[in-house]
Amino acid sequence: MIVARGLTKVYGEFTAVDGIDFEVRKGEAFGLLGPNGAGKSTTMKMIASVSKRTGGELTILGLDPNKRGPEIRAHLGVVPQQDNLDRELKVHENLFSYGRFFGLSRKFLKGKVEELLEFAQLTEKRNSKAEELSGGMKRRLTIARGLVNEPEILMLDEPTTGLDPQARHILWDRLFRLKEQGVTLVITTHYMDEAEQLCDRLIVMDKGKIMAEGSPADLIKRYASKEVLEVRFGSSKNIEIAEKISHLGHRTEVLPDRILIYSENGEEDLQAILKMGLEPVTSLVRRSSLEDVFLRLTGRTLVE
Amino acid sequence: MSSTSIEKPVHKSAWQGSLKLVNVTRARNFAWLHVTEARVRNMMKWWGSIAAFGLGNPVLYLFSVGIGIGALVDKNGSASQLGGVSYLTFLAPALLASAAIQAFQDETSFPVMEGFLWDKNFFAMNSTPITARDIVNGVMASAMFRTLVTVAIYEGVLLAFGAITFDVVLPMFLSAIFAGAAFGAVMMAATTFVKEDDGFFAIVGRFIIAPMMMFSGTFYPLESMPGYLQWVGWISPLWHGTDLGRTISYGSPQQGWVTISHWIYLALWLVVGLNLAYRQAAKRLAA
Repeated sequence: MIVARGLTKVYGEFTAVDGIDFEVRKGEAFGLLGPNGAGKSTTMKMIASVSKRTGGELTILGLDPNKRGPEIRAHLGVVPQQDNLDRELKVHENLFSYGRFFGLSRKFLKGKVEELLEFAQLTEKRNSKAEELSGGMKRRLTIARGLVNEPEILMLDEPTTGLDPQARHILWDRLFRLKEQGVTLVITTHYMDEAEQLCDRLIVMDKGKIMAEGSPADLIKRYASKEVLEVRFGSSKNIEIAEKISHLGHRTEVLPDRILIYSENGEEDLQAILKMGLEPVTSLVRRSSLEDVFLRLTGRTLVE
Repeated sequence: MSSTSIEKPVHKSAWQGSLKLVNVTRARNFAWLHVTEARVRNMMKWWGSIAAFGLGNPVLYLFSVGIGIGALVDKNGSASQLGGVSYLTFLAPALLASAAIQAFQDETSFPVMEGFLWDKNFFAMNSTPITARDIVNGVMASAMFRTLVTVAIYEGVLLAFGAITFDVVLPMFLSAIFAGAAFGAVMMAATTFVKEDDGFFAIVGRFIIAPMMMFSGTFYPLESMPGYLQWVGWISPLWHGTDLGRTISYGSPQQGWVTISHWIYLALWLVVGLNLAYRQAAKRLAA
């Protein structure tokens, strides 16, 4: 569906995307993961065929977006980071109006709009103005709008940023259903749990480059251990104590507020620490996540 | 033991996929029209105030300035300076052209601010087969639609007041719309450059629209202004539109080349404005 080779975007002096390679296959949920400014959104805009690449190759559905943007866009569904609904129009009018941009017939859209309203759980709000909706509802409407042309590829830029946990879970559920229907998803996020929930495969980006590629489980296996033990001794003592316990686990990582110990058995290591007579203020044994992968790859946490 | 399988009924129509569903050629051929359709749908939310303004504006102007000031002017025997016609007849083409320009300005500036800054819905349009050029053309066409309605209402009122005659309705209609389109194209181009909403409309209103109304020979002949101020009229599309309208309405003693130069000057505004708008809109959407 999407093939990128040495894909590059330069704005003046600044290289936003620095020669990246990746492929997205049909029916796959593909994630772009990384902190703000990593080049995810720029990559998305190039795939969305609105921003032209300045170097490398990119084909979408076998076409070159620099030359055949409008034609490619006919087959994409785009959910931008910032909802750009028409505030003056009612909920159902937003869907209808957008569908017309694809040249879809009024007759087809009549039925499609009702179907999408149901999908987005907005049937009761159909006659509200878009500006009157809550954040979660706006997001769902934007996603529904992106589906009006039954796209081959649905692109979601930070789909759940700014939503409360319940709204996020509703959204994830909707996206999961789309995937089951065979829609190819391309998702950017800086939430690790989101990437783990939704993506079959992902690339981790930082400073315009790809740091790693694989399935979430793969990446965790490759770049982190099975479990992580988090201990807090108070910010003034963390560094000092970290040295004493550095023999535990595969690796330790000292963050300003806590020490992370990557190990196969977190509980055992915790007992070892207690035996040494050290008493952490709090301790937690958890499964490794993509957050740890990112920390390992870049030396930085994702949300700073 | 029997196993039960739970199956939810499926109401949905089958998902066809965009490759089947979307006719790209059709979407492209009518792209600008789809933008116009969307703009008109938006405009319809305001049709009440558009109609009220369209009708109220000429009625107020004609009563206050046309008839009120007109009585004073006509009594002082100024007809010779006005090309031998009553003040009302002299004023009518100017009011018509300025109404067209006003309507075009409304529909080329606010939607563009909305599209790039306030709602960013041009970016939404641009994520479909719609291009920057389609957006500019579509917005122009919808502004044209609104102006057609406004100018038609205006001419109806002018006819009722006896300010124009029936035989010039069509040519005056065209010249006013053309002046409006010329101004609208440049206004749209200017608005595509606005990156921050810091009083753009106040500046345009005070430093462009107001002086243009005052110094374009709207309320008195341009020639009666001191020479060092007449240049404002020469560059103003309103004056060119007004002078064209006057020539059409009562045949002010103008040489043929002056009339032609009005058309050419306005066409230049239209072409330059549109091309600037195409370029800048494409740049912003791709950023």
